[in-house]
Amino acid sequence: MPAKGKIVWISGPAVKASGMGEAKMYETVEVGEERLVGEIIRLTGDVAFVQVYESTSGLKPGEPVYGTGLPLSVSLGPGMIGKIYDGMQRPLDEIAKKSGAFITRGISMPSISYDAKWHFKPTVKKKDVVQAGSILGTVNETPLIEHRIMVPPDSPGGEVVEIRDEGDYTVEEVIATVKKDSKKQDLKMYHRWPVRKARPYAERFDPELPLVTGQRVIDTLFPIVKGGTAAIPGGFGTGKTVTLHQIAAWADAKVVLHVGCGERGNEMTEVLIKFPELKDPASGLPLMDRTILVANTSNMPVAAREASIYTGVTMAEYYRDMGYDVVLVADSTSRWAEALREISGRLEEMPAEEGYPSYLASRLAEFYERAGRVRTLGTPERIGSVTLIGAVSPSGADFTEPVTTHTSRFIKTFWGLETRLAYSRHYPAINWITSYSGYADSVKKWWGDTVGKNWDRERGYVYTILQREDVLKEIVRLLGPEALPDEEKLILDVARMIKEGFLQQSAYDEVDSYCSPQKQYKLLSLYADFHREAMNALKSGVALSQIRAMPIIAKLIRSKFAVPNEKLELLEELGKDMVEGFRKMSAQEVKVVAS
Amino acid sequence: MPAKQVGGIEYTKVAEIKGPLLILDGVTQAAYDELVEIESPGGEQRLGKVLEIGGGRAVVQVFEGTTGLSTIGTKARFLGKPMEIAVSSELLGRVFDGLGRPLDNLPEPVGEDFRDVNGLPINPERRDYPTDFIQTGVSVIDGMNTLVRGQKLPIFSGAGMPHNLLAAQVARQATVLGEQAEFAVVFAAVGVQHTESRFFRRALEETGAIKRSALFLNLADDPAIERITTPRVALTAAEYLAFELGMHVLVIITDLTNYAEALREISAAREEVPGRKGYPGYLYTDLASIYERAGRIKGEKGSITQMPILSMPSDDITHPIPDLTGYITEGQIVLGRDLFRKEVYPPVNVLSSLSRLMKDGVGKGKTRDDHMEVSNQLYAGFARSQELRALAEIVGKSGLTGTDLKYLDFGERFERQFLNQGYEENRTLEDTLSIAWDILSVLPENELTKIREEYIHKYSKPSSGGSGGSS
Repeated sequence: MPAKGKIVWISGPAVKASGMGEAKMYETVEVGEERLVGEIIRLTGDVAFVQVYESTSGLKPGEPVYGTGLPLSVSLGPGMIGKIYDGMQRPLDEIAKKSGAFITRGISMPSISYDAKWHFKPTVKKKDVVQAGSILGTVNETPLIEHRIMVPPDSPGGEVVEIRDEGDYTVEEVIATVKKDSKKQDLKMYHRWPVRKARPYAERFDPELPLVTGQRVIDTLFPIVKGGTAAIPGGFGTGKTVTLHQIAAWADAKVVLHVGCGERGNEMTEVLIKFPELKDPASGLPLMDRTILVANTSNMPVAAREASIYTGVTMAEYYRDMGYDVVLVADSTSRWAEALREISGRLEEMPAEEGYPSYLASRLAEFYERAGRVRTLGTPERIGSVTLIGAVSPSGADFTEPVTTHTSRFIKTFWGLETRLAYSRHYPAINWITSYSGYADSVKKWWGDTVGKNWDRERGYVYTILQREDVLKEIVRLLGPEALPDEEKLILDVARMIKEGFLQQSAYDEVDSYCSPQKQYKLLSLYADFHREAMNALKSGVALSQIRAMPIIAKLIRSKFAVPNEKLELLEELGKDMVEGFRKMSAQEVKVVAS
Repeated sequence: MPAKQVGGIEYTKVAEIKGPLLILDGVTQAAYDELVEIESPGGEQRLGKVLEIGGGRAVVQVFEGTTGLSTIGTKARFLGKPMEIAVSSELLGRVFDGLGRPLDNLPEPVGEDFRDVNGLPINPERRDYPTDFIQTGVSVIDGMNTLVRGQKLPIFSGAGMPHNLLAAQVARQATVLGEQAEFAVVFAAVGVQHTESRFFRRALEETGAIKRSALFLNLADDPAIERITTPRVALTAAEYLAFELGMHVLVIITDLTNYAEALREISAAREEVPGRKGYPGYLYTDLASIYERAGRIKGEKGSITQMPILSMPSDDITHPIPDLTGYITEGQIVLGRDLFRKEVYPPVNVLSSLSRLMKDGVGKGKTRDDHMEVSNQLYAGFARSQELRALAEIVGKSGLTGTDLKYLDFGERFERQFLNQGYEENRTLEDTLSIAWDILSVLPENELTKIREEYIHKYSKPSSGGSGGSS
């Protein structure tokens, strides 16, 4: 029997209700005459402390509060891809149909259409034995995604006693019945799952496959893997959102979840407008056919912002369970942490650093632990992954603030964005000295086997040049560049070329936006070769000023946008021209010496 | 122009008055966020709203401050609705106070509708992405930090710098190429001095734009707590003009720093756990509820473009107010003290300035094909010249290469020719790009790696910096 109480106190998104003795922690409740959605976050005697997911303006003490007996859950079934949801998985397009351009309150709306018919093809037959997680059949959700209808993870499974023939059904129709120990269970094409509970799996693997994003500085220097975790902290204007958009657009994942958590409305609009036009590099189909958006923008109710991250990751796990690689980008986890802080403040909890609650670290850890590459439950056997990438917006671009420091404890790839780089329009403004990836070793094999066998060597070579430049820069700052010997000046020159021609990448250039692994490798080798050739030339007596005046340098730098991914032979030619240019200079030197 | 109220439930049991807060006991019928009419013992009327309600106790924030209120004899009438203003086309050409009451001795405008000043969030699904280039006639904005219709682009300034001049110049010169649309200006003064507000009024009068403007003034000597409401009142008016009457509205709000300070005052009086520098932890969310009210809506003709102005305390861009603003707005125009001292106008620190929506508002078919790449090259070149300028100060110019010296020259020309312009000077985009190519021609062509070769051939000017090539 769900509880029914009444409001006794209201302050912003926080409401206290008495008479809630029957209620459970994290139970969803309906607040007030308008039945606003809320969630119980503390129980004291029969008083429940509720965070309300909608504006509480106009709410009065004395209004009723209804318990539902259920935790905050999402509906999981066909029809989610291509949708834009709010933090509680309400479809924003349907809400717009009902309430117009502005979001009003108290609208309840099914997350997936109960009327739409889906063409279901069974993959099991009567008398088959299925378990939790087993696939019962498939539905073509979009041209890109075959939606696999699964036995819910909390079902006991059993023998299939009823399975519908291939045909068109709504998600509300029973498509299969299973029986275990004479207990029958009807199964539909969708089920509900509580967002704060990670979906179970059979076995966890060590991640070893890179998640290719087409972004050079990421894939080559600081790679992320399928099932891995990454954080991207940066002050405002450093390009967090653009980088996340790029990953969402180009990552070689099957399904992409884009969670806009307390950020700008126009950024979600941008994804909604551009993704249907952008083509998936693998299939050539629109990117929207694999993308789900969860939007709880900064001006939408703050408590729902807290929930949006969980809503997103639960949907991600659901597609993982089908055996797919899923990537979730969350922009920004700092706004989520601020929502925690605001609610915690209203609860009058004892604050830890900067007013954040003491459980901030454990909440972050819980969230990032939902990433992973796993063998899923049920039959047939399949492997799926959830990769979690979170933006962090440190106040004052200060990386020692609590959200950044705690986050960096729970992730393995750290892309630190730097304001100084962004100021000189070095994008992506990922600082190559402070950033790191714990996966560089794990992906070595893949790059060596599939792209180029010298990948690891060339990567190390170029990375070393960049690191040496960082040290030399200090000397230059004190003594000027003329204090350095020519070999070291060359390091500065080549590092500048690498920065401009390799690390910098334009998200808005048609060619440069996505750089295939093959092109990345070729460019990487070109810069390494340039340095090796130039060193040899210096040794044979060529003056540094001659090397600096080589017209090939500008060509090399422009090749990132001048050479498309499918015309890599142009890079080979460029390499030959470069070697030729060096030969000529050295040969002249030899002549001069000889004469 | 809050609606005149009759009735409402009256309470007189004042438990406590502290700072801007009035705390009432024995309140049986009140809603969160409800508007409250307060009568002081002397019969003076004030307005407030409910911040917290429960257990018979209501915490009311008094907009005009609590000076003169007493625990005995103060009456509070709960009006049963949130704060609303009357909206109509008659708002244009009028001057109001910070709560929307007429200041120009004219009667209250007749409302075509009443709107809650808090507004409602725009459904992101129904937003239309802003892409219409607005020519402001200011090179550094048009060329490198393009403003588009529906954008929120703040000016980060510091004490004494000419942010008002720049905002007025933009308001006066802003046009969308090849279009004569209905436009309006909504101006919200938040705790600014009389002289500043008079400056804006005069600037609008001189161009005749005053007839198409609505002014909401909370000046420095007006009640501080009223400032919380002023931007919301102004934006509610702007939303009506934009999305009901189909006008393109430019909203200028100055100075958001005063707004945030009023918010901090209330938070402190409520004894809330503070975030950074004593500002409440919800400052981000609160600022977002103002800035996010800019934009365009699918199928609607009008738009709201916001140009908020805020002064950075001690010119510190990492201070919570500019910091959180920068996380919400779509870029920022930052004024720099060094350029101001050099008497460069507008003294825009380009390296820390940014327009996030520029990329979609410029280029072929919108402005000119080379626009984005020229902008990128100017940025990269100027950043390099700044690095070298710092270096030259240590090692002297003799320690630099020939190319380095050209960069120094470029940096000088950038500040003097491109950045610097007159307050009355209205440059077309062609002018702006032409100056850009002029100063880029100082650099050897080999250095223009951000621009594709075809544009260099199409637009580059004969070098004015002597023979090319590096030494």
